[in-house]
Amino acid sequence: MEIPYTVQPRADTGLFNAKVGIWLFLASEVMLFGALFSSYILLRVGANSWPHGLLNVPIGTFNTAVLISSSITMVLAWANMKMGNPGLSRIYLGITVLCGFAFLGVKTKEYYDKFVHYEVRLVDGTVTDGHIKERSGDFAIRGFKAEKGSLVLEPLNVLHANPGESMADAMARLPAKERYAHHHEKEMTIEASQIRWISNYTPKHSPYFAIYFTLTGLHALHVFGGMIVLSYLFFQNRLAFARTQTERYTNRLEVGGLFWHFVDLVWIFLFPVLYLL
Amino acid sequence: MSAHTHDDVRKHLKLYIGVFLALLVGTAITVYAWTWHFESVAVTITVALFIACIKAFLVAGYFMHLMSERKTIYAILLTTVFFFAGLMYLTVWSRDQMPRGTTYSVGPNPPVPSVGTR
Amino acid sequence: MEASTHAAHLHDVHEVHHEHELSFWQKYIFSTDHKVIGIQYGITALLFLLFGFSLMMMMRWQLAYPDHAIPVVGGLLQKALGTEMVTDQILENGAKVPGVMSADLYNAFGAMHGTIMVFLAIVPLAFAAFGNLVVPLQIGAVDMAFPRVNMVSYQCYFIGGAIMLASFFIPGGAAKSGWTSYSPLATVADLGHTFNGQTFWIIGMVFLITSSLLGAVNFIATIIQLRAPGMTWMRLPFFVWAQFVTAFLLLLAFPPLEAAAVMQLMDNLVGTSFFLPSGLIVSGAPANISGGGSPLLWQHLFWFLGHPEVYVLILPGMGMVAEIIANNTRKPIWGYKSLVYSVLAIGFLSFIVWAHHMYLTGMGTKISTFFQTTTMIISIPSVIILTCLFICLWGGCIRFDSPGLFARAFLPMFGIGGLTGLPLGFNFSDLHLHDTYYVIAHFHYVVAPGTIFALFAGIYYWYPKITGTFMSEYWGKVHFWLSLLFLNLVFQPMFAQGMAGLNRRMADGGATYAGSDTVVGIAPSVLHANVHISWAAWLLGISQIPFILNFFISMTKGRRVASDNPWGATTLEWQTPTPPPHGNFTKPIEVYRGPYEYSVPGHTADFTPQNEPEKLKHA
Repeated sequence: MEIPYTVQPRADTGLFNAKVGIWLFLASEVMLFGALFSSYILLRVGANSWPHGLLNVPIGTFNTAVLISSSITMVLAWANMKMGNPGLSRIYLGITVLCGFAFLGVKTKEYYDKFVHYEVRLVDGTVTDGHIKERSGDFAIRGFKAEKGSLVLEPLNVLHANPGESMADAMARLPAKERYAHHHEKEMTIEASQIRWISNYTPKHSPYFAIYFTLTGLHALHVFGGMIVLSYLFFQNRLAFARTQTERYTNRLEVGGLFWHFVDLVWIFLFPVLYLL
Repeated sequence: MSAHTHDDVRKHLKLYIGVFLALLVGTAITVYAWTWHFESVAVTITVALFIACIKAFLVAGYFMHLMSERKTIYAILLTTVFFFAGLMYLTVWSRDQMPRGTTYSVGPNPPVPSVGTR
Repeated sequence: MEASTHAAHLHDVHEVHHEHELSFWQKYIFSTDHKVIGIQYGITALLFLLFGFSLMMMMRWQLAYPDHAIPVVGGLLQKALGTEMVTDQILENGAKVPGVMSADLYNAFGAMHGTIMVFLAIVPLAFAAFGNLVVPLQIGAVDMAFPRVNMVSYQCYFIGGAIMLASFFIPGGAAKSGWTSYSPLATVADLGHTFNGQTFWIIGMVFLITSSLLGAVNFIATIIQLRAPGMTWMRLPFFVWAQFVTAFLLLLAFPPLEAAAVMQLMDNLVGTSFFLPSGLIVSGAPANISGGGSPLLWQHLFWFLGHPEVYVLILPGMGMVAEIIANNTRKPIWGYKSLVYSVLAIGFLSFIVWAHHMYLTGMGTKISTFFQTTTMIISIPSVIILTCLFICLWGGCIRFDSPGLFARAFLPMFGIGGLTGLPLGFNFSDLHLHDTYYVIAHFHYVVAPGTIFALFAGIYYWYPKITGTFMSEYWGKVHFWLSLLFLNLVFQPMFAQGMAGLNRRMADGGATYAGSDTVVGIAPSVLHANVHISWAAWLLGISQIPFILNFFISMTKGRRVASDNPWGATTLEWQTPTPPPHGNFTKPIEVYRGPYEYSVPGHTADFTPQNEPEKLKHA
């Protein structure tokens, strides 16, 4: 005996099995991202100060548009399959996957940009951040300290603060509009002995980056997983299975699409929370 | 399946495109509002999340067909939303109930207590 | 009752049209059949139960006879775990006997005992094993909704378990920060190694959580979609309702722990400070971290799962007990609707009580009052369920067989466990009792004579359906009476120890805080109880030997069942051949009545199966 309602919906629920399954799974994903969002709130509320202006808003907006576009192409892929246009459906599905690639590519570039961006707090209280133009041969960073040598920094901001404060602490004292302004100060040569604390923008830098990388990293993993599933469906479109068991294949598109829309939904909240607030 | 027959889908196509454009507009509005850089944190959060919720509603309601699903999915989602809200609210409320001025960052030069090693 | 259609092998009865010869691997190792998967879960979980129990027996040696080498296995332990973890006892004559548990090893055993018992033994056994074996049959389904997902969920469980076991043998040993893995201790406990026991614990947990999530999705979808025609929601056996709510608890409560586990993993491996506050001092020096994290955040996220988790531990057991009591008393269960609404209420409320595990974290009075109130409210549906089950016994024609004994003993034992939870639920009394042996006694009463008795009852009850033989009644009763006696001897004194102030998780059993005539501390009699408790625990271990032997020997030597429905039960799992074939039912199932039609007035038979058509009713 076959398992019923794999394709045909059950009368009282109006659903086929896989749709119930995916919605249940999405419910658990809501709780997963919800836990991370509530962690974000707790960490931010408990922080002395929270950085602003460290994430590139135009790039984030572009990524948002990419994901939104991939959502509409996903809907169109499913809709065209339902209307009996498998060829057109395949094209839309392909575009969806490409949008995913674009999103991940941009994200990778964003991550890389963070890894080469350093915050340096000097012993006299000056805080500065920027790219390291060159470093002396013996320059090395251990933990948050520089052992020896020197570096040449191309600073974006140079602020004066109390010794031991962070860039975010200093920025918090500026009016809101100033926090997002990017200056380009002139090069600084810094000896290791002047450095009180140095770190690039990695998760260990601060709770801000820890939660940023965790939230966007987990989201990116979900994008990647979704892309694998959609690519599989893309190739399956041409196979006999999709031609003969069209309704079953269309259901798979719907279920895969539901996951993809959820990934888009999460980003709709991630973008303003991380980039804009 | 449920309400999606061949013709239903064709009728919905315009709706989907409309939702797509609305989402793009919503994104643009969010970013534009951000450029105003409000001093008040409360206003910033409210504006950003309000627009985000509208966009989320559009994606869930139309792209994910929630507007045409029946009770079962709604029941699952309402349960989830309730617990999600509980997790967020209660966790933050507990933080709020801590003594005034408690932060997790101690500030510069925390004093090192004079304890011996283990 | 039909004559027995006992089939020697799973595959050769009333075949299904798509049947083809499956290899050994496909039939028994990579099976997608819910019954095979259920047995896989069951055997694996029982092995972990035994392993977790053994850890405890060794810990009890340390508590009763500190700094004495563990007999029999001491040498082996030292060979396996190294001389840092297992030291030598130096006798008066200077000889060295290997096998003394170090404090680190005690902590590791303690943390792993909790983890293994909760996540690798009880939940897989109660929810996954019994659920897989019984639920599809009880709703009249062919299999679970997603058979391949079912197989993957077992495999994730297996891998997670393997990782947990492997963690004992890596440098630094297994996780040693409690099953609750509180930060910052969990991050700094073993700074010498990056891939330490805690890291393994986290990775293992991710696999286990994945397994539970996949299982939960499967169960809920199956119960919603695959009920047989006529099986309405209010005709479901109570066990199915219990599993349904349990699945929802797992589905929605586990993900926050998964998020927290990922964050703790990053704290351990990448150097983030999600849970590490600024100004953290480790070994006398400031820790080299960014700080800004919150240890409380870990506790919130952990207990958001942790509390629903304990209801996951108890609900399937309650379901099983209801089934067995109804069958055993030849009466419908009393208050079916109350039971259903109560179990739904428990599920719902269990998500908003979690901070009663955190009363001592310095939370304000408003918030602790909130959680105290919800905790008190959740005791109401629990009491309703217990009361309904007690009332079931009134006027019943009670059969004194093994399943019935264990099921009935569950009731007062769970009662003790539940009642002793009340002082813990009030924050003013919890101030005194938190982190003492009182807590240990409370939760062990609920799980050990509580859930485990329900699971034993379930094993004795459903064993004939799977194997076609009964387990020995005589040895079942021996197992029951000895277990009941020794479980009470183990945990009763712990209430007194806790009230006297004995803290939990102390490797020396509290000897550091011993009081005397001149020193204020823990009374010597309280500390001496450690010895009695340990002996009771070892005798409890020995009492399980009849059960283990009974389990295996009865498969071949046990009394054969005379029919497919040897207990005379009404639910659908008994209306199948023994054991049920692939596809479960020999003909399509239709359900005509509720699940507990026992002793219906006017009928000649004292039970009517759910799927028996109306016209066969005798006037």
